[in-house]
Amino acid sequence: MLHIKGLEAKIEDKEILRGLSLDVKPGEVHAIMGPNGSGKSTLASVLAGREDYEVTAGEVQFNGKDLLDMAPEIRSREGLFLAFQYPVEIPGVSNMNFLKAAVAEKRKHLGLEPLSAKEFLKLVSEKSKLVELDGQLANRAVNEGFSGGEKKRNEIFQMAMLEPTLGILDETDSGLDIDALRIVANGVNALRSPERSFVLITHYQRLLDYIVPDFVHVLYKGRIVKSGTKELALELEEKGYDWIKEEVDAHA
Amino acid sequence: MSDEILDHITNKEYEFGFVTPIESDKIAAGLNEDVIRLISSKKNEPEWLLNWRLEAYAIWEKMNEPTWAHVQYKKPDFQGISYYAAPKQKPQLNSLDEIDPELRRTMEKLGISMEEQKRLSGVAVDFVMDSVSVATSFKEKLGELGIIFCSISEAIQEHPDLVRKYIGAVVPRTDNFYAALNSAVFTDGSFCYIPKGVRCPMELSTYFRINEGGTGQFERTLVIADEGSYVSYLEGCTAPQRDENQLHAAVVELVALGDAEIKYSTVQNWYPGDKDGKGGVFNFVTKRGLCDGNRSKISWTQVETGSAITWKYPSCILKGDYSVGEFYSVAVTNHMQQADTGTKMIHLGKNTTSTIISKGISAGKSQNSYRGLVQINKSAEHSRNFSQCDSLLMTDRCGAHTFPYIEVKNKSSKVEHEATTSKIGEDQIFYCLQRGLDQEQAISMIVNGYAKEVLNKLPMEFAVEAQKLLAISLEGSVG
Amino acid sequence: MEETITNNQIIDIERSVLSMVNVHAKAQLDQMQWPTTRDEEWKYTRTGRITKESWMVSPIQSNAPWQSLQIENLDVYTIVIINGQFYSQASTLPTAAGITIDTIAPQERIATSFGHFFEALQAAYCTSHLRIVIADKVQMDRPIHLIHFNDGQKVLSQPTLTIEVGAFAKASFIESFGSNSTEQSFGNRKLNIHVGENAHVTFDKIQDLHDNDFLMNDDQVHIAKSAQFTINTLTIDGGWTRNQLHISLDGENIEASLNGCYLPRRNQLVDNHTKVDHRFAHCNSHELYKGLLNDRSTGVFNGKVHVHLDAQKTNAYQQNANILLSDEAQMNSKPELEIYADDVKCSHGSTTGQLDDEAMFYLQSRGLSPDNARRLLTTAFINDVLNHVENEAVRAHVIQRLEQEGLLYH
Repeated sequence: MLHIKGLEAKIEDKEILRGLSLDVKPGEVHAIMGPNGSGKSTLASVLAGREDYEVTAGEVQFNGKDLLDMAPEIRSREGLFLAFQYPVEIPGVSNMNFLKAAVAEKRKHLGLEPLSAKEFLKLVSEKSKLVELDGQLANRAVNEGFSGGEKKRNEIFQMAMLEPTLGILDETDSGLDIDALRIVANGVNALRSPERSFVLITHYQRLLDYIVPDFVHVLYKGRIVKSGTKELALELEEKGYDWIKEEVDAHA
Repeated sequence: MSDEILDHITNKEYEFGFVTPIESDKIAAGLNEDVIRLISSKKNEPEWLLNWRLEAYAIWEKMNEPTWAHVQYKKPDFQGISYYAAPKQKPQLNSLDEIDPELRRTMEKLGISMEEQKRLSGVAVDFVMDSVSVATSFKEKLGELGIIFCSISEAIQEHPDLVRKYIGAVVPRTDNFYAALNSAVFTDGSFCYIPKGVRCPMELSTYFRINEGGTGQFERTLVIADEGSYVSYLEGCTAPQRDENQLHAAVVELVALGDAEIKYSTVQNWYPGDKDGKGGVFNFVTKRGLCDGNRSKISWTQVETGSAITWKYPSCILKGDYSVGEFYSVAVTNHMQQADTGTKMIHLGKNTTSTIISKGISAGKSQNSYRGLVQINKSAEHSRNFSQCDSLLMTDRCGAHTFPYIEVKNKSSKVEHEATTSKIGEDQIFYCLQRGLDQEQAISMIVNGYAKEVLNKLPMEFAVEAQKLLAISLEGSVG
Repeated sequence: MEETITNNQIIDIERSVLSMVNVHAKAQLDQMQWPTTRDEEWKYTRTGRITKESWMVSPIQSNAPWQSLQIENLDVYTIVIINGQFYSQASTLPTAAGITIDTIAPQERIATSFGHFFEALQAAYCTSHLRIVIADKVQMDRPIHLIHFNDGQKVLSQPTLTIEVGAFAKASFIESFGSNSTEQSFGNRKLNIHVGENAHVTFDKIQDLHDNDFLMNDDQVHIAKSAQFTINTLTIDGGWTRNQLHISLDGENIEASLNGCYLPRRNQLVDNHTKVDHRFAHCNSHELYKGLLNDRSTGVFNGKVHVHLDAQKTNAYQQNANILLSDEAQMNSKPELEIYADDVKCSHGSTTGQLDDEAMFYLQSRGLSPDNARRLLTTAFINDVLNHVENEAVRAHVIQRLEQEGLLYH
C-alpha cells in the first residue's frame, strides 16, 4: 500500500530526511519512534504534501500511484489521512459544514453519489460515538476553543468520517491524559481493518499499550535505523534512545 | 498555488455582467438647471420639490469632490453623464404580469423571480433599473397593515407630506458633494413607512441595477419607522460589465422614532471592473440613520464585494436616549478595487450604545480601508461603543488600512476599539487540503468563517447569496 | 534690531540670532501658514494661543535654576541648554574617546525641505544646533542628561539636537524640559537620532513645564538593522505639548519600543503624534500610550503604523488607553494602520473610559478614601508605561514628581 524508498527531504536548506525507506502493507500498523528532531513529524508532513518541505530524492508509492506527484487534496481523496499533532483552529467554520464538504469531495473523487443530508447526519452520529464526542462539538467551529483532548478526538472522528486507507497519526498521544488517550486509542482500534493501515508517529511507548503495532521502527537522523516488533518499543521505553544513538553514531 | 489555476480563475467573468436589451428613454448627457427641470417635469413633481432640487444644485456647484479618502481614481466627468434613463413601458402597472418580458428575464437572471419571491419567501421587492422603479410586489398585502412601500416617485405623488417632512432631514443637501448632487438629480428610489406599533411581517427588498451605458444612478431611499415599529430592509445591487466607469451616488435616509427598529442590509455587487482595473462602478454613497426617539435602534449590515471605488460610511446619529446603533460590515476587494468604507456613530443621547464589527478582506492588488468615527458628545452620558476592525490579507501586493477617529467628551462613557491585520492562515488552508478540499473551497470556507459574525446578521436568504458572492469575489485570490 | 516672522507678525527675533537665520528655511516659511484644525494632522490641536503671543529669543541666563531638573541618585553627563542655547560652562561632558559633542555653525547646516510649519520655523530661527556623535562599539558608562530650561520673558527656544550612535554602541539619554513658572515660553525643539547597526539606545523624555508654556517636539529617528531603540515620552506638566515622533526602521531585525504617558489637567493639552515606518522585514515595534485626563484638559493621540510593501514578518503592536476623570475633559484618539505587506501581525487598540466602579467600591469598602482609591487605580494604570523606563532613578524621579502634583499615589 505504501512504499517509501530512499526519501530525502529538506526545509530551508536543512536536510531532515536522509534516505528513509518503509513498506506498509494493507491492514498493518507501523509505529515510528525516535528522539526529538529525528524527522518524525517531517515524514508525516512530507507524506501529506506540506509545501514547506522540499523532497530532494526518493520515491513514494501509495496504492500503486506516485504520491509525491499528487496535490495535498488529491492525496486525501485517494485515502491518505493525517491526524495533525497541532490541529489548527478555523474560526467561524462549523465542524459539520467542514466535514460535509470534505466527505462530498471524497465521494465525488471516487465517483460516488453525494450523501443526502439524512445519510450524512446518520454517519455523523454513528462515527462520533467512536470517540465519545459530544454532539455539541460537531456544531462548533473547527477546533476553536477545543481542549487538547477534544482536538485529538475530533481528528479521529474526522478520520472515521473520511474512511481512509492509510491513517497517519502524528504524535496523537501528545497532551492527552490517560482517559483521552484510551478514548482516542479505542477509536483507532475500531477503525482497524484488513484494508486499512496505520502509521503511528510517537515519542513515547505509552500509545502503543493501547494501539498494538505490528512493527516498530526507530527513526534517527532522518533514517530508519532499527526495526522490530512491539517488544522494541518496550525496550526503548526501558532503555531510552541513547543506546541506539551510540550504535548508529559508532557506525557513522 | 500554481499559476495555472490562478490564470484559470482570475479570468473568470463577472457573473452579473449582462446588458438587458430594453428600449429606454434616456436624456442627453450633461447637467444644468434645465436638466433638473426636465427630470422634475418628467416625474410630474410638485413645485416645492423642483425648488428643493434647484437649491441642491446651487449648493453642489459650490462644492468640491472630497479627496480625503484612501482611493485614487480619475474624477468622473459630471457633464458626460446622462441623468435620466428609464425603461420605456406603460406608465402605470397594475400587476407584475404587465412588466416587459425582457425586464422580467433580467430579474430572473438576478435571481429575484417575482413569482418565486412571492410564493416562497414572502419578500416584497421594489426593483430599480437605472433610474426608475419598475415594480413593487406585495403592495396590497402591506397596505392592509398601513405600511407604505413604493417607489419614491410614487410616494412624492401619493404621500407628499411624509416625503416633504423627512427628505433631507437626515442627510441635508449641504452634507457632502455627492449628497448634494443626488438631491439635485435623483430620479427614483424606494420609500417605506411603517406606522406606529406595526411589525412589518416580511423583509422589504429593493434591487438596484444600472443597465444603460453612460448613465449614472442616483437613487434615493427613505425609510421611516414610526413609534414602536419594526422593519427589515434589504438592498441588492448589480450592474453590467462596461469598459467605462459608471457613477452611482445614492442617498439613503433612515428615521427611527421612539422604540422603533430598522434593520438595513445591503449586498453590494456592482461591477468591480476587470482584473486590470478597467471599468467598474464608482460607488459614492451617503447612508445615514437617525435614531430620533428614545430606545430606537438602527442596524446596518453590509456585504461589499463590488464597485471599482467604494466611498461609503453608513452612519447612525444616536439622538434618542438609550438608542442603539450597529454596523456590521464585510468588505472584499480584489484585483484593482479600492474601498474606503466604515461608519460614523454620533452619540448625542444618554445611555446610547453602538457596536461596530468590520471585516475587511483584501486580495489581488486592491486597497481596502476602514474609516470610522465614534463621537461621544458631552450630552451622551453613560454611553458605550465597542469596535472591532479586522483585516485579512490574501496577497503580498494588496493593502489593508484602518483609520478610526475616536472622540470622547464625557467621563461616564466607555469606548473600546480593537483592530488586527493578518494574513490568511497557511496552516488553515493546508488543514483543509488534507481533508480533501481544494484550494478554492478552503479559502472560501476560511473567509466565510472569518466573516461569519457579520454574515449571521443578514436575513437568511441574503446570507446564502452573500456567502456565494464572497466565494466568487475571491476566486484565485491567493498568491 | 528686530525681525518679524512671516504671516503672523508674532515673533520678534533678537539681533543675536539674526546671523543664525537659515535663509532657505525662511523662504519656505514665508510660503507657509500656521496649521489650523482644518489640517488633518492638526484636527484636534489649536495653535491660536501660540500665534497670539510675541516671542523673543533671549540670551542665556547664567542664574537660571536648571538644577531643579537634575535627577537624584543618578550619575550622568549633563548638557545644559538655556533658552534654546548650549550653555557649555554649566555642562559636564564626557571626556572618553569616541564621544564627540560639538555645535554646528549656522552656515554648516544643510538646508532641506520642510514638511510642516513648525519644522520650517525651527530651522529658520534655530537657536543652537548641538551634535552628539558616539563612535562604533562605544559603551557609554553613564547616560547623557539633556536639560532644557527656559528663563525669561516670552522666550522662544528652538534648539536642534543631532545624535548619531555608531554600530554596536550602547547609549542612553534623558531629556528634561523645564521653565521658570512665572514666565511664558515657547519651545520648538528638533531632534534627529541615527541608531547604527546593532546599537542599543534608550531615550527618556521628561516634559515638566508650566501652564504658560508651549512645547513642540519634533523627533525623527532612523534605526539601522538589528538595532534596539526605546523612547519614552513622559509628559508631567505643561500648558500645551505636542510630540511628533517619527521612527523609521531602515533595516531588518529591529526592535523598537515607544511609550508615553500624559496627565493633563486644568486647561492643558497634550498631543502625541507618532508614526512608525516598517520598511524592512522581520522588525518588531511595540507602542503603548496612556493618558489620564482631568478638569478641562484635552488629549490627542494619533498613532500611525505604516508597513511598507515587502516588509514581511512585521510584528506591530499599538495600544492607546485613556481615563477621563472629568466630564469637561476630552480625548481624541486615532490609531491608524496602513499595511501593504501580507505576512504580518499588526494590531492596535484604543480605549477611553472612566475608572472601574467595581474596583473603586472595593477599595473604598477596605477603608480607602475615594481620593486615595482613585489615585491607587490611576497609579496602576500609569505604571504600565513607567515600567518601560529602564533607569530606576529616572522612574523614581518621575513618580516623585507625579506624586508632588497629587496625580499618583505610591
